Amino acid sequence: MGVEGIGARVARKEDKRFITGSGRYVDDMVVPGMKHAAFVRSPHAHADVKKIDTKAAEAMPGVIAVLTGKQLKADGIGNLICGWMVHSKDGTPMKMGAWSPLAVDRVRYVGDAVAIVVAETRGQARDAAEAVEVTYKERKAVTSAVDALKKGAPQLHPEADGNLIYDWELGDRAATEAAIANAAHVTKMHIVNNRLVPNAMEPRAALGHYDKAEDHYTCWTTSQNPHVARLVMSAFYNVAPENKLRVIAPDVGGGFGSKIFIYPEEIVCLWASKKAGVPVKWVADRTESFLTDAHGRDHVTEVELAFDDKHRMIGLKVDTIANFGAYMSLFSSSVPTYLYATLLSGQYAISAIHANVRAVYTNTAPVDAYRGAGRPEATYLLERVVETAARELGVSPAELRRKNFIREFPYQTPVIMAYDAGDYEASLEAAMKAADYAGFEKRREKAKKAGKLRGIGMSCYIEACGIAPSAAVGSLGAGVGLWESAEVRVNAVGTIEVLTGSHSHGQGHETTFSQLVSDRFGVPIDSVSIVHGDTDKVQMGMGTYGSRSGAVGMSAIVKALDKVEAKAKKIAAHLMEADEGDIVIENGECKVAGTDKSVPWFQLALAAYTAHNLPGGMEPGLKEGAFYDPTNFTFPAGCYICEVEVDPDTGVTEIVQFVAADDFGNIINPMIVEGQVHGGIAQGIGQALLEGTSYDPASGQLLTASYMDYTMPRADDLPSFSVSHQNTPCPGNPLGIKGCGEAGAIGSPPAVINAITNAIGNNDLTMPATPQTVWKALHAATKH
Amino acid sequence: MSEVAMVVNGRKVSGAVEDRTLLVHYLREHLGLTGTHVGCDTSQCGACVVHMDGKAIKSCSILAAQASGADIVTIEGLADGADLHPVQAAFKEHHGLQCGFCTPGMIMAATDMIRRHPEGLDEATVRAELEGNICRCTGYHNIVKAILAASKTMAKAGKGKTKKAA
Repeated sequence: MGVEGIGARVARKEDKRFITGSGRYVDDMVVPGMKHAAFVRSPHAHADVKKIDTKAAEAMPGVIAVLTGKQLKADGIGNLICGWMVHSKDGTPMKMGAWSPLAVDRVRYVGDAVAIVVAETRGQARDAAEAVEVTYKERKAVTSAVDALKKGAPQLHPEADGNLIYDWELGDRAATEAAIANAAHVTKMHIVNNRLVPNAMEPRAALGHYDKAEDHYTCWTTSQNPHVARLVMSAFYNVAPENKLRVIAPDVGGGFGSKIFIYPEEIVCLWASKKAGVPVKWVADRTESFLTDAHGRDHVTEVELAFDDKHRMIGLKVDTIANFGAYMSLFSSSVPTYLYATLLSGQYAISAIHANVRAVYTNTAPVDAYRGAGRPEATYLLERVVETAARELGVSPAELRRKNFIREFPYQTPVIMAYDAGDYEASLEAAMKAADYAGFEKRREKAKKAGKLRGIGMSCYIEACGIAPSAAVGSLGAGVGLWESAEVRVNAVGTIEVLTGSHSHGQGHETTFSQLVSDRFGVPIDSVSIVHGDTDKVQMGMGTYGSRSGAVGMSAIVKALDKVEAKAKKIAAHLMEADEGDIVIENGECKVAGTDKSVPWFQLALAAYTAHNLPGGMEPGLKEGAFYDPTNFTFPAGCYICEVEVDPDTGVTEIVQFVAADDFGNIINPMIVEGQVHGGIAQGIGQALLEGTSYDPASGQLLTASYMDYTMPRADDLPSFSVSHQNTPCPGNPLGIKGCGEAGAIGSPPAVINAITNAIGNNDLTMPATPQTVWKALHAATKH
Repeated sequence: MSEVAMVVNGRKVSGAVEDRTLLVHYLREHLGLTGTHVGCDTSQCGACVVHMDGKAIKSCSILAAQASGADIVTIEGLADGADLHPVQAAFKEHHGLQCGFCTPGMIMAATDMIRRHPEGLDEATVRAELEGNICRCTGYHNIVKAILAASKTMAKAGKGKTKKAA
């Protein structure tokens, strides 16, 4: 490992601009003649739109245009779509209701946009939006997915009878039911996975600019995948053909999944820019973010886990209802199916698994992938039921897990996934050691004397990352291939540009991707630039989500580097009259092994471009591109242990210790990987203790639509974390990387809840475990 | 309209603004100082923290007109030329940032925190004092570490200066 190569703890190259206030986010962009937009949004959860009167608004100071859904439809702008086809178990395709970027006849959630106002200033646009008179006829609303399935519930879309989008299954129902019938013990639980609002700190924003002379559009947007945005806006929403649409995602202030999807606002801003003849910028305020960003989770599940008399897991039966909100967001359908049920085997050899999932429309914000996407729901379910089973069986949670761990690889689960490598025992042991699990009882006694209830809980998670082999996801219904592309351009004096389809919005790609190049050629990372986030610069890419930028994005760079290296070696061999096989490139030099002959890297690059003395028939230049399509998912796994103290008088829970032991495969930059784990754990603890999204069931109003109402984790809610790695390299990609972006959020919620239920002696506890919830559960337990 | 005049990052600025213009919007939209960010609309997230007359304030909670006559320092004015402020350097060294959006507010709040605690800081104090700044990326772990490190560096530098003066 060089000082800046693979495995080095290198400080981030991108930090300089962020710590000096020079980052460039969408809201920082200014285009000559730019005007500002505000959206008119439905105050009702469910209503018919009877009339939209824009006259008063049009007469307001500074107003340039007020545009409605009727005009948008007349211009041929298409409906938003869900790009992953899921079929119900009866073979029928999912029932997708129409989603117009601006609602025309009917609104289906509070925040549904009905019109856009363009004005000279942001303030004027917002004032005028208030003056647009919309006549609504209210309908009854339903916010809970369980209620929406009931007879007589308000119906959202004519396409989806009974609000049911699909009724899907995976696994062997008969075998699972037989296992449960013949089991020595069955643990049954009702598990709710609470709805979350992703809350990237940068609110969503879009700047649309139509250039009349060129008939060309540019869209600056807060996106995790600008190429997918261009593809979808071009192919399905009829904004413009791809060659007439440039999408730029500059610095993006966090995403966590919520910035994968194409939202109405960017489509409408582009369209409005042409319509109004001015560049149009929209920036969400935080309440708009709460109302209209795609939310995450929101599952209600009945689960049964069956054991034989030797405490081996023999059957897992899962029945889940997933709330999709008012419309099907871009990848919504895949989250509670192929990203959820396929992970239900966890780290365990379970002979029979069956999952049934019903996806349901409700009058709430659309729900889609949020950090972990399906895998946190699977992990929470399984790890809660395993820990509860251990308590019911009177065995230690660690022993019960050990007894059932998968120990031989590759391992084919009963739910599609084939795990390639792992060592679950290693992370369990490391976590228990780091947490001093053996010393817990003493600590519990000590806490008891201080009037506190101390509890410990664990969670052994697995996830499927590096999303994903194109043919595999294609066969499962994905509308896109999930490869990645890269291009490595060596400039004439040896500096290097790497163009990537991955997108960094906090992950530090500018550093880690440069480390790859430095490792390969021994050049300083400062001589490497990473180019991303602009469809005019990078031809095509699939973006960043599903912890895929390492395993897939960097693998594409490796493939391109291989090609560059091969050509460089040919040139070097020619220049030094040596055998190509004897050339090594290291420390910024091309050398002939075993001799003192060498050519500096920059000279070699120059030779490629002067082309005065190249091998016969070789094209000048040193630039190569590659596409990398993975052969399998990757399977990061680990063990998290949480220790809490509960104040029995107030129900206040303090996390006194949090330990993470992860297997991410090979690591490029440990500092960045640890940072990813810290952030993920904080979001997981947020879900477990603090974050509750609350819709009023009668009116459908979002009650938690600001930071005054929705509890974000703050510094004094969290401890410092103990993080370690026990890595088994991934055999499926050239770098042996598994991915680390989502693990923290996946593994932590069950560890926290298992710790609290251990402390209070009641397994029946729902997230978020606020002081009131914990106090109630504690007192319910002491009553019995 | 209101006439405002103030010193921002050592430079005199003035102009006419709509009465309702918040200081943060004046800085961002009139002066082009886009390092100061807006992350919420309820004065909770702290992405907009700047220094006014030497103290950290949330620039979304004050009108530009109220700041007239004040001395304002934003993230763009914190470094001493090419030399990073010790808090900026510590955030980089300890990986105290990921997406960078909350970072300017964090750094401005941290700088003020260290100034107010010449006796030094411990983890519990740093966490309590960061109550007004939300980060979604880092879990605060490395932010806390960076602030504690910067506090130590600055205390040492401070002592060094005192010795020199003596």
